[in-house]
Amino acid sequence: MKIALLTLAGLVLAPLAGGLLAGVDRKVTAWLQSRKGPPIIQPFYDLIKLFAKEKLAVNPWQVLCAWVYLMAAVFSVVLFFNQADLLLLFFVQAVGAVFLVMGALSVPSPYSQVGAQRELLQVLTYEPLLMLVFVGIYQVTGSFRISSVLDHPRPLLLELPLLYLVLTYALTIKLRKSPFDFSTSHHAHQELVRGVLTEYSGPFLGLVELAHWYETVLILGLCALFWATSVPGMAILLGATYFLELLVDNTMARMTWRWMLRYVWTVGLVLAFTNLLWLHL
Amino acid sequence: MFDALVTRARVKSPWVLHFDCGSCNGCDIETLACLTPMYDIERFGMINVGNPKHADVLLVTGTVNHRNKKVLQALYEEMPDPKVVIAIGACGLSGGVFRDAYNVVGGVDRVIPVDVYVPGCPARPEAIIDGVVAALGKLRQKAVPTAAGAGGNGRFHPRMKATGSS
Ligand code: SF4
Repeated sequence: MKIALLTLAGLVLAPLAGGLLAGVDRKVTAWLQSRKGPPIIQPFYDLIKLFAKEKLAVNPWQVLCAWVYLMAAVFSVVLFFNQADLLLLFFVQAVGAVFLVMGALSVPSPYSQVGAQRELLQVLTYEPLLMLVFVGIYQVTGSFRISSVLDHPRPLLLELPLLYLVLTYALTIKLRKSPFDFSTSHHAHQELVRGVLTEYSGPFLGLVELAHWYETVLILGLCALFWATSVPGMAILLGATYFLELLVDNTMARMTWRWMLRYVWTVGLVLAFTNLLWLHL
Repeated sequence: MFDALVTRARVKSPWVLHFDCGSCNGCDIETLACLTPMYDIERFGMINVGNPKHADVLLVTGTVNHRNKKVLQALYEEMPDPKVVIAIGACGLSGGVFRDAYNVVGGVDRVIPVDVYVPGCPARPEAIIDGVVAALGKLRQKAVPTAAGAGGNGRFHPRMKATGSS
């Protein structure tokens, strides 16, 4: 019964939260650019519109890949809400990420192709970091299960502050925010049109968008684990982190994948290992 | 209820593709001015997407000539239904000052069906926004969503299919 309820909560609440967050995101971005911005529920209008558009695909592969990407995102959120194993969750979301890339690789469009390769590099960049964050959590709580994180008496942030920073790198990459928004970005009109998403259209773009909301909630959920002992603490942590994301997004230019690989791996790995070593001092 | 929701969502979220068909750039500058904080069309949910496959509204500036009419046609076909087309400026309407040139076909409606005409040389940003609002009225009439995710049985892209799977 509890599992069913938690699953339902994950299925229904996650996209609602993800959509609202996307709306707030656009509003705050507009405010930072001294514009008025769209209504908060704009992402829901966009999604409904996309689902009601003509189904126009390049090949059947694309359709399959969009669905698998969504299913993987949904499944990993459901796992998260059921306090399952972090490792399992990690592998499920990785499968989704790979399918998004495969869908983009299945079409001849050069924009989509280059976007897919950049997306692959982004996945390669953040996956090891995410893994190290999970290792850190294991070192502190003695288990990969989310339930044992929730049972931990002190906020993880006190013991893993540097790994939290590392997680925010992964968050920025996952959210496709500057300076890491080169496989695709929320604003079209970049050099690759919309990169991996260029050839997805109508309902299939809607599926990818919905999956993106689920993934956003998943990563923010992971961030929330770092202050799981108090609800206000969680809210403060998430609010501050997301506002910082937006600030970074609006003040940074898009960089290149070489820079990302060099910067995120050196800084990220040094931070992560420092934190892991200091746990043993 | 469902139909009303879909129609509302369509009207609230027009994603725009801007194609410069052969304009003197006057109309293009005015079109892009709509995105600035001064006019901020994102208030109405409009986004300039630069990708026909994501677009609902096609804004065409400038005259059509024998070269770019194929491009215009292709862009139109790549947009999934329902879609509306707006011709902007004297050139987009009729060929404008260039209409007598040997290579010019004429207005946008010589190649693809046009829903709204926005006159002016160049058309003012207010007029362009007005044109998009008028186009949304047309979109509302066009919107006849069938149950369970409209759009019929779907189609593969006409041109991509021939060259695809390479
Ligand atoms: S209508 Fe006037 S401003 Fe617009 S493209 Fe033609 S000549 Fe230029």
